[in-house]
Amino acid sequence: MTRSNIALLVLIAAVAALPLFGGAYALRLGTIACLYAVLALSWNVVGGLAGYPSFATAAFFGYGAYAAGVLLGHGWPLWAAIAFATLSAFVAAAALGAVLLRLRGHYFAIASLSLAEVLRELVNNATDLTGGGMGLNIPLASGAGIMAEATFFFFAMWGVLLATALMAIIVGGSKLGFALACIRQNETASSMVGLNTTLYKAAAFGLSACFVSAAGGIYAAWVHYIDPSDVFDVLYSVKPIVMALMGGLGSPLGVACGAFLYLGLEEVVWRNYIQIHTGVLGLLIVLLLLFLPHGLSSLRPDRLWRRAKHV
Amino acid sequence: MQAAQILINALVLGCLYACIAIGFSLVWGVLNVINLIHGSFIVLGAYLAFGLYNALHIPPWYAVIVAAPLFFVLGYLLQRLVLNRVITAPVLVTLTLTFGLDLILNNAMIYFFKADYRKLTLTPSLGSVSIFDVVVPVDRLIATAAALALTGLLYLLLRRSRIGRAIVAVRLDRDAAVLMGVNVPSIYAIAFGLGAALAGCAGVLMALIFPISPLTSSAYLGKAFVVCVLGGLGSVSGALAGGLLLALVEGVGSTFLGPSHATTLSFVLLIIFLVLRPQGLVGRKGFE
Repeated sequence: MTRSNIALLVLIAAVAALPLFGGAYALRLGTIACLYAVLALSWNVVGGLAGYPSFATAAFFGYGAYAAGVLLGHGWPLWAAIAFATLSAFVAAAALGAVLLRLRGHYFAIASLSLAEVLRELVNNATDLTGGGMGLNIPLASGAGIMAEATFFFFAMWGVLLATALMAIIVGGSKLGFALACIRQNETASSMVGLNTTLYKAAAFGLSACFVSAAGGIYAAWVHYIDPSDVFDVLYSVKPIVMALMGGLGSPLGVACGAFLYLGLEEVVWRNYIQIHTGVLGLLIVLLLLFLPHGLSSLRPDRLWRRAKHV
Repeated sequence: MQAAQILINALVLGCLYACIAIGFSLVWGVLNVINLIHGSFIVLGAYLAFGLYNALHIPPWYAVIVAAPLFFVLGYLLQRLVLNRVITAPVLVTLTLTFGLDLILNNAMIYFFKADYRKLTLTPSLGSVSIFDVVVPVDRLIATAAALALTGLLYLLLRRSRIGRAIVAVRLDRDAAVLMGVNVPSIYAIAFGLGAALAGCAGVLMALIFPISPLTSSAYLGKAFVVCVLGGLGSVSGALAGGLLLALVEGVGSTFLGPSHATTLSFVLLIIFLVLRPQGLVGRKGFE
């Protein structure tokens, strides 16, 4: 267990203390913080470790939301619906990954982007099952009070975040993580020395899907109403990338910090510039990529110090 | 007769799809950048046509002449000032950067033009022609003819002019082009400018037919993706083949399965093509 992984777990434990400060706003913010960290950490498995530019996060998220939403509507208990969404997303994404991850670079990016489009259109057209463009109402989980429910969903999302972080730490230290790093550096060479790249890439794609799908399911139960253009929004694919780039690709701690930082920025922008918030988000992305391509981790204090000494 | 009508519709729509995709394909092929701002350029072009017609009564087929240089300059500057800084970075960075630029432009359009759907209505309307039982609206015919003309112009430019040959050279082998004395950053900027100009012109033509709203940009972008992958990257003939195939599939699909499934069908086709034949219909293998 490296120091940065311990720091990650401490950070996540600190997030769990949020309900102590009470307030519905803190709980809502905390739930979204956990959601974002789940998305970013999951994306990092394929995007950061294996170096594949995946834009499929929105597809997994929307899939989880609709799978859990439909099952909840049929009277399944919440845990069972989430468990189904998680497992089925893992299996489906691993199978898809074995096919799609044969593509490289731009072609993979386009294919993963269109995955969400295909799912969105399918959901839009399967009106009997999903309500189509009218959206899907999800029954309330229980008769408990508003605050009790908010606390419950916060801890549910936090639980998914903890699971995702543990997955990221375990993958990082395992043979799988090593294999993904090899694939990132030179896929042809690693397959030449006998690495089963298809197997590892499929596993990585599955792992990057399952917790996002679980988070999508909890999101659906939490907000009680989902519609295709909401949960398959391409922004769910792009935001995790921005978060990971912000924190620095690859390291789980950096990615999680990037997610929290991104949420903070988003809140400030939303609050002050509601009409132009996507434009400000775009500006943020452009500035980040142009001036801090290695994320905030490139702003190490020792580097600043060294630079200062030369002045 | 129904078959003939479907075929004619596909032909008309296919040329327009080719026109939408050709600038995107040029930028992807030459700069190796997936230009997500393309859809918003098209919508901006449509607004330009709308404004010119309503304020000055300039019909869209003349508005193309105004749009092309304007968008060329816009694209040229955007590439020189912003994209050129990260042009050698991995896909992830360039793709996310153009996404950020697209967010800015799209939000600006929503802010200034509002998200309401508008329609450019020609007065008097042009009506339609019918040959036997096949009916084609005249405005669509004009848009198609203009789209074909633009496509032809690009083809001539790439084949006959010095700059065009340089663009093709950079697309084929960047390093060799540098050794032959081609100024690659300048060619990049020109190619991006051309892509933007084609997007702007396509938008002007779209204004003749489709409603205008900033929200439609992602639909145009989606069409450009599919056409590029179906036809193959960076070639004029590829974009035409891809556009016609997509329009045909959509036409046949929406006749037999219902129009709501047309988009699903096109994206399923996209994924099948990506997996089985990533070089596209007319592309060559290993040419990427």
